[in-house]
Amino acid sequence: MSKFRNFALAAIIALPSVAFAAEAAKPVSKVAAKDYGLGTPATLDMYKAYLIDVRPDGQGAPVGKGTVKEGEKLFGDQCSSCHGDFGEGVGKFPVLMGGEGTLTRDHPVKTIGSYWPYASTLFDYIDRAMPFPMPKSLTPDQVYSITDWLLNQNNIVKDDFVLTNENIGTIKMPNGNGFYMDDRKVAEKSFWNANACMKNCKPTVAVTAKAISLNDPPKDAKAAAK
Amino acid sequence: MKKPSDSRAPAQVSRRAMLAASTAALGLAGTRAAQAEQKPLTVSEWATQLGRPVDDHAYGVPSKFEAGVIRRRVDWLTATAESSVAFTPLAALEGIITPNGLGFIRDHGGTPDIDPAQHRLVIEGLVEKPLIFTLEDIKRFPRVNRIHFCECAANSAMENNGPQMQAVQYSHGMVHNAMYTGVLLKTLLEAVGLKPNAKYVMPEGGDASGLTRTIPLDKALDDCMIAYNMNGEALHPGHGYPMRLVVPGWQANMWVKWIRRIKVGDEPFMTHEETAKYTSLMKDGRSRMFTWPMDAKSVITSPAPEAPWMSKGQNVISGIAWSGRGTIKQVDVSLDGGKNWVKAQIEGPVLPFSMVRFYVNTDWNGDELLLQSRAHDNTGYVQPTKNMLRAIRGRSFNYHNNGIQTWQVRKIGEVNNVEVS
Ligand code: HEC
Repeated sequence: MSKFRNFALAAIIALPSVAFAAEAAKPVSKVAAKDYGLGTPATLDMYKAYLIDVRPDGQGAPVGKGTVKEGEKLFGDQCSSCHGDFGEGVGKFPVLMGGEGTLTRDHPVKTIGSYWPYASTLFDYIDRAMPFPMPKSLTPDQVYSITDWLLNQNNIVKDDFVLTNENIGTIKMPNGNGFYMDDRKVAEKSFWNANACMKNCKPTVAVTAKAISLNDPPKDAKAAAK
Repeated sequence: MKKPSDSRAPAQVSRRAMLAASTAALGLAGTRAAQAEQKPLTVSEWATQLGRPVDDHAYGVPSKFEAGVIRRRVDWLTATAESSVAFTPLAALEGIITPNGLGFIRDHGGTPDIDPAQHRLVIEGLVEKPLIFTLEDIKRFPRVNRIHFCECAANSAMENNGPQMQAVQYSHGMVHNAMYTGVLLKTLLEAVGLKPNAKYVMPEGGDASGLTRTIPLDKALDDCMIAYNMNGEALHPGHGYPMRLVVPGWQANMWVKWIRRIKVGDEPFMTHEETAKYTSLMKDGRSRMFTWPMDAKSVITSPAPEAPWMSKGQNVISGIAWSGRGTIKQVDVSLDGGKNWVKAQIEGPVLPFSMVRFYVNTDWNGDELLLQSRAHDNTGYVQPTKNMLRAIRGRSFNYHNNGIQTWQVRKIGEVNNVEVS
């Protein structure tokens, strides 16, 4: 099927290592425990209900599994009113599929398939924040199914792929290598400028653009609020 | 008295906004009316009769003549009013402290009304002793007071592709500056004790969106706070009541509101808000991530499109500047679109990761001006032009637009959002 066309390509792009990001945090020596006598010592049982984070290697993923077929049904019932039958988005609601090859264009379409670096993020986000009007109402199996269907819809997994807590950390995303650590200090080094010009800094000054028609939303209005 | 023209209203972005905008114009007119009248003074009616009881408003509200000074949302910008933003009315504000009722609000799943007695904060993960805190527990820890700006990384994003919003409220209104009272996060991390492999913390919101971000441990142990009061009073719900994270100088998205959990871990968590969002797409199709500090930025808040000058002669250019890399050192102002600059006077407190207020007094002859401001911080960073940003980043970077803003003061009563060569 055509929606599957990029699977091979996606699969050979290696999962980016999160190790590069670890460089951002300098090693910090152990912070000694200091007893203020405040707070209630807690066993896992007491805060288990809050533990809903899933990280790229799958750590934190709840036991469960889901299928593309089941996901399609659930998405139709619980998500399509805002995100469209195929994840194409209704009105200003986010688009959840497509956009491959647009990242270098003027109006890039950033979706799960074209942009997101990790599949874990998709599970984690749906589980905590969707469906928008009723967050945290889905069971783990339901979230696995919907995640599976969205990955399939973005040509990342096959129609018969069963997504589980065991394999969610192994999914390779098409734009998995598309990110790098903040490099402003290097790439924008020229902005650190001890000799900022104060007098006669340019020969002429002309107005090149003006905010005029404000009744029309700018083309990137959606992006602007994110 | 000169009637305010339509151009004084904030951007006409929807019918609702237009209605709100004309209210704003009226509000401003009230404060500007008297100067043109050439009559002998008379005794006002409010000098000959009693005013209202002292507790007429048990929680005070501004004068009815300031009714236009309100946060505003832009209808077409977002799909819902719950995942949206209400912007700070910067043109009406002075000094460096943003009143709590006017500081911008960016929610991802609406503003919850949390019962503080039921709220809990748990710190868990790579810790020696997981602890669950009540608000009362948090208030019993040693306290600090800090003044910090809080700027959304998407502030001015609508301006990335050219001048868009005919109001500083919309072009720059995703920033506020306030004094926070709370406990240093370091103190709480000492209370739970960290495992040797701890490298990151992940704050999580207790609202519908359950927003999460990764923060490196050195920042967490440096100056982050769990705040419960803002400008003296309890945080407002829209700012995270009963407690929020304060991450000085860094993207507002990391200042998790309604914080219910802090997980300590050894790898970044790669959450939705630091992968799908808050990453900057560069012109080569790859994206910067973890762009945490907000670069130095400034903007003239008056005059502005919604607050034009109404008279020639002596006028004050007033603006704000801030840097997420440290302290503002200098602000320059240009009247001619960046050809020549003068140093502005910084008036009031100058603090790390806080706004400063700057002024330039002018004797305006009524001719066109192209007003700009340019911030310098103590790391030597100088606020770039928008074109300097585009040359390096392209046009799809979305976040961290700190480019120099130009206001065209065209004539009495008219200021436009423009870009210059
Ligand atoms: C009532 C409308 C609505 C419904 C129903 C809904 N969503 Fe959403 N969805 C939204 C909104 C609004 C956002 C953006 C939230 C924000 O700004 O933080 C969103 C964001 C998302 C995103 C992130 C998109 C991106 O590119 O960052 C995903 C994924 C998603 N929704 C999946 C789902 C799934 C799966 C369901 C069904 C279980 C669902 N949504 C149901 C409104 C909805």
